Amino acid sequence: MPIIITFAETREVKLRRASLEAVSEARRLASALGASVESVLVGSGVEGLAAELGRHGADKVHVFDDPALASYATEAYARALAQVIQKVKPTAVLVPFTAMGKDLAPRVAARVGAGLASDVSGLSVKAGRLEARRAMYSGKAVATVCWEGEPQMATLRPNVFPLAQPDASRSASVAKASVDVTARARVTAVHASGAGKVELSEAQVIVSGGRGLKGPENFHLVQSLAEAFGAAVGASRAVVDAGWVDHQLQVGQTGKTVSPTLYVACGISGAIQHLAGMSSSKCIVAINKDPDAPIFKIANYGILGDVFEVLPRLTDAAKVYFGAAR
Amino acid sequence: MRIIVCVKQVPDTEARIRISSEGNGIAEADINWIVSPYDELAIEEALRLREARGGEVVLVSLGPERAQSALRSGLAMGADRAVYLKDPLFDATDTLGTARALAAAIKGLTPFDLVLTGQQGVGGDHSQVPGLLAELLDLPQVTVATKVEIQEGKATVEREIEGAHESWETSLPAVISAQKGLNEPRYASLKGIMAAKKKPIESRDAAGLGLDAAALAPRCRIVALELPPARPPVRMIEGDVGTQAQELLRLLHEEANVI
Repeated sequence: MPIIITFAETREVKLRRASLEAVSEARRLASALGASVESVLVGSGVEGLAAELGRHGADKVHVFDDPALASYATEAYARALAQVIQKVKPTAVLVPFTAMGKDLAPRVAARVGAGLASDVSGLSVKAGRLEARRAMYSGKAVATVCWEGEPQMATLRPNVFPLAQPDASRSASVAKASVDVTARARVTAVHASGAGKVELSEAQVIVSGGRGLKGPENFHLVQSLAEAFGAAVGASRAVVDAGWVDHQLQVGQTGKTVSPTLYVACGISGAIQHLAGMSSSKCIVAINKDPDAPIFKIANYGILGDVFEVLPRLTDAAKVYFGAAR
Repeated sequence: MRIIVCVKQVPDTEARIRISSEGNGIAEADINWIVSPYDELAIEEALRLREARGGEVVLVSLGPERAQSALRSGLAMGADRAVYLKDPLFDATDTLGTARALAAAIKGLTPFDLVLTGQQGVGGDHSQVPGLLAELLDLPQVTVATKVEIQEGKATVEREIEGAHESWETSLPAVISAQKGLNEPRYASLKGIMAAKKKPIESRDAAGLGLDAAALAPRCRIVALELPPARPPVRMIEGDVGTQAQELLRLLHEEANVI
């Protein structure tokens, strides 16, 4: 029986949502392939998380639980995942395309000689093999890719693949494993950055501000609207370069790629480089006073107006709307 | 110090992309080619390290004939020399094949202290070469670096992850990939551009790097390339500001089902 392996990333001893998306997608593909799903879990004190992977579709979880693995170290984590791949010989390996996955997957691919498709936003089965869709050229083109040989490795864009309905009756068997934890490059400290509570790449709703806000003293209008929607705050490159907000908020080609359900672009003209970061948003709203702003070409809904008038009104209306809904 | 910088030539991000007649690549005519912006950060960082500590900066690039102009741009910024990898076998290869070729060329430049490159090339947008290279060269890696400080035999690196910054320490040599915020790349001066014309670019092919068709056969390939599906035209919301706000919320809820 073919096997699909997924990598389960954790943060603060919790499974990241993208890890559950990967195992959910693996389960979906496995059903089409007549395959089983095994996840690889690496960290310290993480063994208890195997059950949640099971509920989302894993049949087995390989657990590398060691205090020395508490923080991420590329070589140690790569050695663990490669070890399972070499033992299990899966047909496919799915890794979330997070900062960790982006760092880890290529190392593993080279180690096991696998083809790796990055940041895929769609996977399908064709004649027993996988086919993937991924953006190229800053989102200006979409490629269909396929693999030669095995494993077929892919990193999955977060917030795109649906979560499986957790099934309480499903459980995964646990196989404890160990690995040489040597690493020549290690994390020595982690400092949270001024990015707010909701992480952009996982956010379902993002409210983003651009140069139309005229100055940093006005950016609070964007933040208030985001708060009213329970949304994450994003920004265009122009306002990040101007020092209004931290680079962590930047959406776009040299910032983050996001795939929220709703993206509200306030005073953002819609340069190609910005679109590269948000064009896979399910629904896009543009608020801008320039009728020729390129953002209106990709928006679903548009308000032609002055952000200084529109944002406060929309914030008030949203507070009432969401307040009433709770 | 000897610092190696891997550089890729990509279409200008302003370029309008058209699909080739074969349907599995882009039409290359009329495209303005540039050094991938993240690779410029890597070149700049290498130049700064050389300015502080002495040594040389060697550029390496793999690509068709036109890729040499990307190397000249890097030399114009101030790099010392370049190695250019060209072979028909490289044209159809994938990221792993590309990394194998780069790694073979880099091994030929031993000893070196550091390999720098951009965190992704804005054509393929794979973000793989730094990690592939590090594994093939058996070196530690730190990716998406926003700050690099070199000490004796090691480096301290700041890296961006979701919602946080990590500090890393790595032994050298290592592979480090550049993220926006690492530095502001310099513009080449006229003097630099003139000097670049005389700086050496050494060519190498697959056989010269000890690579055959099997080593470069792609493990992942593009079956088809398309433009993204057209989005429906925007629905502009009319009325005074108060009406617009209410109508937007209504549409987002009832029509788009996103709130």
